[in-house]
Amino acid sequence: MIKEMICINCPIGCHLTVDCTDINNIKVTGNTCPRGVTYGINEVTAPKRMVTGSVKVKGGNIPMVSVKSKEAIPKELIFKSLELLKNVTLTAPVHIGDVVVKDICGCGIDFVATKEIKQQ
Amino acid sequence: MLNRNLVIIGGGPAGLAAAKAAYDAGEKDILILERENELGGILNQCIHNGFGLHTFKEELTGPEYAQRYIDEVQKRNIEYKLAATVVDVSKDKVVTYVSAHDGLTQIQAKAIVLACGCRERPRGAINIAGMRGAGVYSAGTAQKLVNIDGYMPGKEVVILGSGDIGLIMARRMTFEGAKVKAVVELMPYSSGLNRNIVQCLKDFDIPLMFSHTVVEIKGRERVTGVVIAEVDDKLVPKMETAQLIPCDTLLLSVGLLPENELSKNATVELSNVTGGAIVDDNMMTSVEGVFSCGNILHVHDLVDFVSAESEIAGKCAAEYIKEYHAAKEKVTIKTQNGVRYCVPHQLNKDTNYQPLNLKMRVSNVFKKVELTITADGVKVYGKKRPVVAPGEMENVALNSEQVKQLKNAKEVVISLCGGDKQ
Repeated sequence: MIKEMICINCPIGCHLTVDCTDINNIKVTGNTCPRGVTYGINEVTAPKRMVTGSVKVKGGNIPMVSVKSKEAIPKELIFKSLELLKNVTLTAPVHIGDVVVKDICGCGIDFVATKEIKQQ
Repeated sequence: MLNRNLVIIGGGPAGLAAAKAAYDAGEKDILILERENELGGILNQCIHNGFGLHTFKEELTGPEYAQRYIDEVQKRNIEYKLAATVVDVSKDKVVTYVSAHDGLTQIQAKAIVLACGCRERPRGAINIAGMRGAGVYSAGTAQKLVNIDGYMPGKEVVILGSGDIGLIMARRMTFEGAKVKAVVELMPYSSGLNRNIVQCLKDFDIPLMFSHTVVEIKGRERVTGVVIAEVDDKLVPKMETAQLIPCDTLLLSVGLLPENELSKNATVELSNVTGGAIVDDNMMTSVEGVFSCGNILHVHDLVDFVSAESEIAGKCAAEYIKEYHAAKEKVTIKTQNGVRYCVPHQLNKDTNYQPLNLKMRVSNVFKKVELTITADGVKVYGKKRPVVAPGEMENVALNSEQVKQLKNAKEVVISLCGGDKQ
């Protein structure tokens, strides 16, 4: 089967053609960089997405701190991972890179803070 | 009145990059004035990833990108004032600001960098008929409410405009439990990035309706729905296609406008195409010693380009303070045949033949075209492009030989050749 898709790795948005007739030998064309090949293969085998959100923080200069999954996580875990963030309240200070949720749904990737929050 | 060499208005990505570059070019007497309570500007509420691929060769979120530049500014001990709102800039370079801490203060500057960013086009500017019920927000306001203040503006959402902020907010509202019923776009194409259409809409099966617009907002106390209709090729709604979408919230992502009230006070000449100042290749405006960069100058697609442009403004402001030679003759860059504008608008007829980036936007979607730059009718630069679109800024890098040819010409023209308008 041949699938057409747009690579989401960077703002160029290359139009990829992914030939997955042979699942063990997937061919990606239309990419301008190697990341396009990885994206094309992942997209037909195990699609992944970065997830960003925000969680509550107590005693800080603002009430929310932004977070991201340190790497892209399996697409089907997006909404489950967001559920985890709802129950988290951090206490200031918070630093960029601080782990907010460890090992999201057992996929081995953490949510980390992406903003410096000062103690008020 | 206080005296400072360089005053930078705005502590967002443009102001921070200008400050860093000015310092590195030898200017140590710098003051940044920021009206919010923290540095970083709009990046603070852009918590999604996708920033910094050009500048840092890695993908960062907005707050992380901002922090990189905040660290650079703090490392250099560059002074900044927060919660300080500039209320006036005079043509003699007197900056007036107010803050709870300092009261009303005036500063005589030797040079000024205007880095105030842009604003969202509001509901009033697009004339949608209907009630004034609660629930109509600009996409950026909703972004701030959700990401910084921690409030949800609504549960059932329609978004008008498919620019990047609209697309990003479609995903963000979905992540926080809202149902985004549709993204409605007046034009037959999106001004947002393809990657955002994929990862913000397609991933969540949110319909994107091209050539449609909102013709009426229903609901007296609170929005209860919006009426949308298809538009014809003159963008006039076809009322027989009108349909009601029940919702409690309408987000508007209908364009950004450079914020040039202060520039006007300083008698800076503005372009009626970009809404920003007219600048030369030093990013200097028509007022000597007043520089402009970032989204106050023209709206950018990527913050990376804002940083690069602002570093030029900062460096040139520092050089201006050190030794200024009276403005020489300038050559105005003409844009025609599908090229809507180019920044800088003018080139100084000096002997600075440093490589230069020209940034421009086209007026429509064109396929198989060549972007050409001519000096007195002689082609200096040509680049074939399979497709160009208004939503994607064209960035032309010229080498010093090409810059020399343009600066020595009487007439410089940028245009699109060949190709089909879509």
